[in-house]
Amino acid sequence: MKHQSRLGAWIAIAVGASYFLIPLIATFEFSLRMKRGEYSFEAYRVVFGDPQFQATFGYSIVMAVITIVVGVLLVVPTAYWVQLRLPKLRPLVEFITLLPLVIPAIVIVFGYLRIYNSSSLIPLTGSERATDFLLICSYVTLSLPYMYRSIDTGLRAIDVRTLTEAAEVLGAGRTTILLKVIFPNVMTAILSGAFLTFAVVIGEFTMASLLGRPAFGPYLQLVGANRAYEPSALAVIAFLITWASMGLIQVFGRNASARRPGAGKES
Amino acid sequence: MAFLEISNLKKTFGNQTAVHDFQMNIERGEFVTFLGPSGCGKTTILRMVAGFESPSAGVIRFDGRDVTHLPTNQRNIGMVFQSYALFPNMTVAENIGFGLKVANMPQEQVRSRVDEMLSLIKLAALGGRYPWQLSGGQQQRVALARALANKPQVLLLDEPLSALDAKIRVSLREEIRALQRELGITSIFVTHDQEEALSISDRVVVLNEGRVEQIGTPSEVYNFPRTRFVASFVGTLNLLSGVVGDPSTGQIAVGNQNLVTTHPMTGAMAGQTRALAIRPEAIVFEPPQPGRNSLTATVEEVNFLGAIVRIRARLEGAVISLDVFNDPNQVLPQRGENVTLGFSRENLLVLE
Repeated sequence: MKHQSRLGAWIAIAVGASYFLIPLIATFEFSLRMKRGEYSFEAYRVVFGDPQFQATFGYSIVMAVITIVVGVLLVVPTAYWVQLRLPKLRPLVEFITLLPLVIPAIVIVFGYLRIYNSSSLIPLTGSERATDFLLICSYVTLSLPYMYRSIDTGLRAIDVRTLTEAAEVLGAGRTTILLKVIFPNVMTAILSGAFLTFAVVIGEFTMASLLGRPAFGPYLQLVGANRAYEPSALAVIAFLITWASMGLIQVFGRNASARRPGAGKES
Repeated sequence: MAFLEISNLKKTFGNQTAVHDFQMNIERGEFVTFLGPSGCGKTTILRMVAGFESPSAGVIRFDGRDVTHLPTNQRNIGMVFQSYALFPNMTVAENIGFGLKVANMPQEQVRSRVDEMLSLIKLAALGGRYPWQLSGGQQQRVALARALANKPQVLLLDEPLSALDAKIRVSLREEIRALQRELGITSIFVTHDQEEALSISDRVVVLNEGRVEQIGTPSEVYNFPRTRFVASFVGTLNLLSGVVGDPSTGQIAVGNQNLVTTHPMTGAMAGQTRALAIRPEAIVFEPPQPGRNSLTATVEEVNFLGAIVRIRARLEGAVISLDVFNDPNQVLPQRGENVTLGFSRENLLVLE
């Protein structure tokens, strides 16, 4: 009986895994066939050697890092404040942070272009730096659902109110409490939010393309439309980056759970 | 002038009043306990003293200085929480030194003060550990050291022992009291555990539904409860109702048996019904004696509790519990047996 039910579970896992793995393996296999008649990493060599790849990838990494910093500085104090003083507002804030999942990126970027075009009151698309700024704002918006969710979960796992009060009693002000007490204790949550944001920003196409910035997403699209083997190599690379991000979340999450108060022995 | 003065303190949440007109003066070095069931307002008062809640009315003074509207971080208080509230990202030593660092104390002094505190709570070897590596009792001792490190004017303890198991609770409360005496720090302790309150305090404030029921030393509150609530909340107590015979001589009748109390029955009139109280430990088995009260009753239940034996006996219209010390040579009454119970006249309390 037990054996049977376990067999069913394995079949389900095998079907699910093959659904993901077969296309991935096929893509990988195809990316190795650039040289006729043999397997080689030629496509990867070409990709890594392409100055465009380096430029766009570097650009997107810088953008991702700035997005993460801005996102963290925006979300941690907000989530903290909502949890501490305005718990009634939580459903509203959650709704707002989820909006980017509901509103397509293309709608957001068209909104930007209408409001911030070069003949508007705030012509943010007028110069490259200003457009970069606009792009970061849009990335922060896009990553808001992931960032807010993970940080809010992190804050719920610690007793925010009592820790804040304990620090206040000891003479600490708001900034000290945020920097010394709250930030370090939600670091794991911040990191998982950060890696998700990184993965989102690295592959993002719509915003960067329509704002005309040289990001990795539009480059992927460009290569995909014009080459045969390189797009497969890029897809595999992109997967590896995402997986590395996920793996890092796991690593940090595990370290943190080992440090939970429950791990200590009672009395 | 008292060190900590609380006058006419009031707190309302919406249209609910959590604290009615609380008034108290606490002397320097005094250990005061707020005792009451949950929702009685004890924690609310403590939180107003800490500055976490602002009073709807009233004044709080530390050493003559009005702190009613001072932010918490400027009050120079120490606080211990039920959930320990140690900072999980910091070691024991960093936790204890947190307030000192915030106050910009030079690093050398922070270190020596932290060492001093660690040896005070007898955890000198554990300065490098993280809170999750400590037991509950150890964590609470660290929390106590952290609260005391800044030499606060007032120490507030919000049910600090409730999360611990029974043995640790008793040893830690003795430790807290000893430290408090040694440092002479004015302290307010909040608890719903009457035994804790009686054992640790200089004075106990019994609260119910946002109002003070009684303020007094542990022995006053226990032996001479002023109200029915205090009588029933603090310790176990036999409550009877009696009909006043002669208020001037203290005559009161329970059923058809006559009793005498030495406590004045203010405002009582002959024929009125009043609540009477007798502590279980004040009652003994004895034949009627002149100058003492006696009641005859039928034994209903005999419970062996180890050091003491609790016996329940029924008389007309009431049930009385009494405690006798366990003695292997003593013959205990059987269920259904008729017995005569005696207690002194001082032990018959008449409640307001």
